[in-house]
Amino acid sequence: MQVSMTVNGRDVSGDVEPRTLLVHFIRENLRLTGTHVGCETSYCGACTIHVNGTPVKSCTMLAVQADGADVTTIEGLADGQTLHPVQEGFWERHGLQCGFCTPGMIMSAAALLAENDNPSEDEIRHGIEGNLCRCTGYHNIVRAVEYAGAKMRGEEPAPPDWTLDFEGVS
Amino acid sequence: MTTTTSAMGGIVRRREDPALIAGKGRYVDDIKLPGETAAVFVRSPFAHARINSIDTSAAEAMEGVLAVYTSDDVTELGPLLAQVPVGVMRPLLADGAVHHAGEAVAMVVAENAYIARDAADAVDVDYDPLPVAVDLKEAATDEVKVHEGAESNVLVTWYSHDWWPGVMELEDHRPAIEEAKQRDDVVVVSQEMVNQRLIPVAIEPRAVLADYNTGYGRVNLWTSTQMPHAIAAAVAKTFGLTNHDVHLVAPEVGGGFGVKLNLYPDEILTVFASRELGRPVRWTETRREAAYSSIQGRGWVGTATIVGTKDGEILGYELDALADMGAYSQNFTVAIPVLGLYVAQGQYNIPLAWQVSCVQTNTQTTDAYRGAGRPEAIYYLERIIDMYAAEIGVDPADVRKKNFFKHDEFPATTAIGLTMDSGNYDHNLDTLLDDVQYADLRKMQREALDEGRYVGIGLSTYVEVCGFAPSVLAEFGFGWDAYGLPTSFSGSGLVRINPDGSASVIIGTGPSGQGHETTWAQVVSDRLGVEFDKVRVSHGDTFESPVGVGTFGSRSAAVDGAATYEAAEKVRQKAAEIVAHMLEASAEDIQFSDGGAHVAGSPGHRVTWGEIAEVAYKPHKGPEGFEAGLEAHAVFSPGNATWPFGSHLAVVEVDPDTGDVQILRYVAVDDCGNRINPMIVDGQIHGGIAQGVGQAMFEEAIYDADGNLLTGSLVDYPLPTASDLPAFELGWTNTPTDVNPMGVKGIGEAGTIGSAQTIVNAVVDALRPLGVKHIDMPLRPRKVWDAIQKARG
Amino acid sequence: MYPRSFEYVAPASLDEALAALKDNPGAKVMTGGMSLIPLMKLRLFSPPLVVDLGRIDGLGDIEDGGDAITIGALVRHAETAASDVVQSGAAALAQAASLTGDVQVRNRGTTCGALAHADVAADQTAAALALGATMVAKSAGGEREISADDFFVDALTSALQPDEILVEVRVPKTTGRAGSAYDKLGRRGGRSDYAVAGAAAVVSMDNGSVASARVALTGVGTKPSLASAVGDALVGTDGSADAVAAAAAHAADGVTVLEDLYGSVDYKTHLAKVYAARALNAAIAAAG
Repeated sequence: MQVSMTVNGRDVSGDVEPRTLLVHFIRENLRLTGTHVGCETSYCGACTIHVNGTPVKSCTMLAVQADGADVTTIEGLADGQTLHPVQEGFWERHGLQCGFCTPGMIMSAAALLAENDNPSEDEIRHGIEGNLCRCTGYHNIVRAVEYAGAKMRGEEPAPPDWTLDFEGVS
Repeated sequence: MTTTTSAMGGIVRRREDPALIAGKGRYVDDIKLPGETAAVFVRSPFAHARINSIDTSAAEAMEGVLAVYTSDDVTELGPLLAQVPVGVMRPLLADGAVHHAGEAVAMVVAENAYIARDAADAVDVDYDPLPVAVDLKEAATDEVKVHEGAESNVLVTWYSHDWWPGVMELEDHRPAIEEAKQRDDVVVVSQEMVNQRLIPVAIEPRAVLADYNTGYGRVNLWTSTQMPHAIAAAVAKTFGLTNHDVHLVAPEVGGGFGVKLNLYPDEILTVFASRELGRPVRWTETRREAAYSSIQGRGWVGTATIVGTKDGEILGYELDALADMGAYSQNFTVAIPVLGLYVAQGQYNIPLAWQVSCVQTNTQTTDAYRGAGRPEAIYYLERIIDMYAAEIGVDPADVRKKNFFKHDEFPATTAIGLTMDSGNYDHNLDTLLDDVQYADLRKMQREALDEGRYVGIGLSTYVEVCGFAPSVLAEFGFGWDAYGLPTSFSGSGLVRINPDGSASVIIGTGPSGQGHETTWAQVVSDRLGVEFDKVRVSHGDTFESPVGVGTFGSRSAAVDGAATYEAAEKVRQKAAEIVAHMLEASAEDIQFSDGGAHVAGSPGHRVTWGEIAEVAYKPHKGPEGFEAGLEAHAVFSPGNATWPFGSHLAVVEVDPDTGDVQILRYVAVDDCGNRINPMIVDGQIHGGIAQGVGQAMFEEAIYDADGNLLTGSLVDYPLPTASDLPAFELGWTNTPTDVNPMGVKGIGEAGTIGSAQTIVNAVVDALRPLGVKHIDMPLRPRKVWDAIQKARG
Repeated sequence: MYPRSFEYVAPASLDEALAALKDNPGAKVMTGGMSLIPLMKLRLFSPPLVVDLGRIDGLGDIEDGGDAITIGALVRHAETAASDVVQSGAAALAQAASLTGDVQVRNRGTTCGALAHADVAADQTAAALALGATMVAKSAGGEREISADDFFVDALTSALQPDEILVEVRVPKTTGRAGSAYDKLGRRGGRSDYAVAGAAAVVSMDNGSVASARVALTGVGTKPSLASAVGDALVGTDGSADAVAAAAAHAADGVTVLEDLYGSVDYKTHLAKVYAARALNAAIAAAG
């Protein structure tokens, strides 16, 4: 079947089987490999993208369902060379280690902040509940999202909470 | 840029991140080769069965299918190589019988994975089911053999007093402990506990892409591994090639945790298929499949016993346990409990009698999962200490302190004859207790109980062992000889000043998120004064990187980092000669900093690294007779492992009506010696804690009586999410080591080793007023509630 | 990860969709796909034809019909959860929708899809049952209404015929001194993930006493079940916490409770009582 959609502002089309998952269309046909596959039961969220502005799991959508949709993947999040505040936050607050869950996590966080740029820690934690990270324990991801929220509100982010170079609990 | 300095101890944003946050990181599954094909495995639905026949004809006839391979096609390549070949080694494809559910029986290669999956479904295998040994205790009785005709399911029993027969002469503490039990002024506390089997779940499923070019006689192999050189060597050995002929690249690796510290059949079989078909072959694990195609971890059941005085002096600690090996031995399998034995007595100067039997079962293989034996060991120890403290009515912090190795006893010799490098356990625990204001916390707990709220405070200390050493351990069976890589626990680093004055650092590790590209650059920048941004680090490509054994056991900084430090030192010495020539000074007076070098005492009398490099690569400009070029390789073989330690504390609240546990606070004070980048150290601890909490509260690989895995998908195997965890409060004490020149110890597994029992101790502490003494992990609400009912009678 | 091959149609009208179902035995309806696609990826379910309703206009609305709210086949969990109309008139359903899956799942999955899928541990099924919702099913042959009491038949089995589409669910509004609520214990603890056990309650008050009460349970058996004895015991009481506790003790009366990975029969029976009480207390508080 023929599908056409807009991906990261570019019109794309391709010939797919009905069973082709949207994530495979994005990764294999479009060669946009920043969107990852970490499970097959819609739990890990590594494949999170925005479809018509809302975050969804692209491993649980058929490519044909996205026909005509406006899709944004991690590759389309930055504004040219300027990082999205969430990307910046992940870098500044060590919100990633192996990086595999990161694109999906960033897409979820960006959508969360687009709705509410001043979420509580609890709202952040529930907002990224659909994205599993095995490396960070989420602590620095939460801090990264807080950093991004502050930036989006035009405020100075809170200082990082690293355990600095003195003994004791910081 | 948040801070400050690229020097040691400085916080720098990670080098790795710009690609990863932009979706430009390249993992194995992101790499595409022209003409590549896809492999899918046919897997057994039975845990133990004879294979009568395999009919591949329907699959082979399908359009787009290139080949279907079974055991007969690959017999001469197997079984799978293993570092510690004790037990039954895994065949590449099941050979006449299957021994665990999900065992690979056939491999289909097709034009793409969709077609390969279709064809795999069309492979018809005729099985005769056989009796299974799944339950660990039943398997240990040998009533049903995991492998028909095998002598016993019990492969080996490790004893603390005799773990390395003929090499370590040790005192047997068992008689003294037995004697202590007979005293009438002691208490004996004993508890059977399960340290349940886990599925590691790196979020990136394993993937491999093989391209065997028979024209060059070379294999190009991309695989998601923690040990590039070892896998390359094993592939070379299997196919009769030299170490050099397998060009293995481990690109971005999406989490390791031990699951990628193994040679797997798919890494051999994709190479084989590529050779046969003349095309690249890719295999990517699916999440459900990963429970069968990658190793699992833990899986112990054992009884811990403490005999001690009524005022808290421990007179002996025993563990008698069975450890589940699964159906086949792979990389380390039977050696994992030995790693537990290393830390069996934790921070305590106490008599030890430990025995762990390694038992095969008709389940997936177990091997190293984050901590690998050490979380199990510390779990039993720290749980039974808590139970002992409760029994004698002494605060658990006081019992721990009473039995610590004291600061002035280091280096300290353990009951199994090893030397712990450094420790300051009282100071570390006191730091934690002071910072949380422990007495106030206990007061808050009592007040909560008065209101009918069940709040608990859990405490644990731990010792980790990192950077395995010395080299002679290879002879114990921890080497890589079997893989065709006769090396030991050395680390390697290569430092090169490039002609443009930048520095290349090439290392033999296999990171999967630990930030080596950043921390190694800090080390070299610090040593050489090359600007941080001009020190570039690469790894994971066996064609360019010096031989190394990969990233595991929290070893990279302490071993490969130290090697890189020493390589930088060699470069510094040669560069000093060059600069001395350039500045007409003495080499001893040359100092390196801020992008160049100067003569001590004359900061204006300086040259840049660009100028130094130009001279280095133009011999006619240099000192008489010097060898052009400016690079050095160093191998570091530590004389001992390092022994980090720490203290963790959790505050939880339990809803006695539902058994629901909420973590209110989690505080950890770890001591990993000097830190290269505290930001990265914090991150390692956070992630480690989350995995320990995952074991304590959520995760369990459950097999039914027939050996079917009931929790193979993330629906039934819940990982902690952001909403399940609190923010972590971290602290630090610093007791450096002299084992390596940087005084660093390792931090990769600390969080995991310290955390599971901290949570369990806290939950049991909360429910102690109800009479609860122990609950086995994971502390799912149902188990907590059941324990409350049982305690209430 | 790779579904078997299937045919796919995405008709522009309901009539075309119904015709496709009629003409293709075994065809399966898809709205969000959040339940269907994972099963197909695991090859646990492989329909020959998928009929995607996603392109049909008019199925995506939440309408306030005065006495009842109608929720169309394409209304996402997130929309049900965020709807002012549902929050005020059928709070239990809004709460259940907000506790379904995670953000991304709620953005794709549909309320009607969750009801039709009839997972034993789903959230909105219990809410629909407690609220006395009516399912509107259409086939090429006509339309019929199925009360929630009759709709949930067994695990993953509803009363829908293979050629029928659940085009909307009609939920009676709680008005005046009435309220509803949903609460659960999730598999990861707290309210996270599928329900180990959960309860939805709808209560109306009259002059300080309970005029009517209806409680439905999820997670404890093969289907959501009405805990009729609870309502019977509560009606006529003052709705105090004590009265609720006494009534909730009957939560599992006549309900077939089954063990699964997440709880024994005893535990689930106990949780049925705990969550019946929690949902009732919240519903009574909401009734004002």
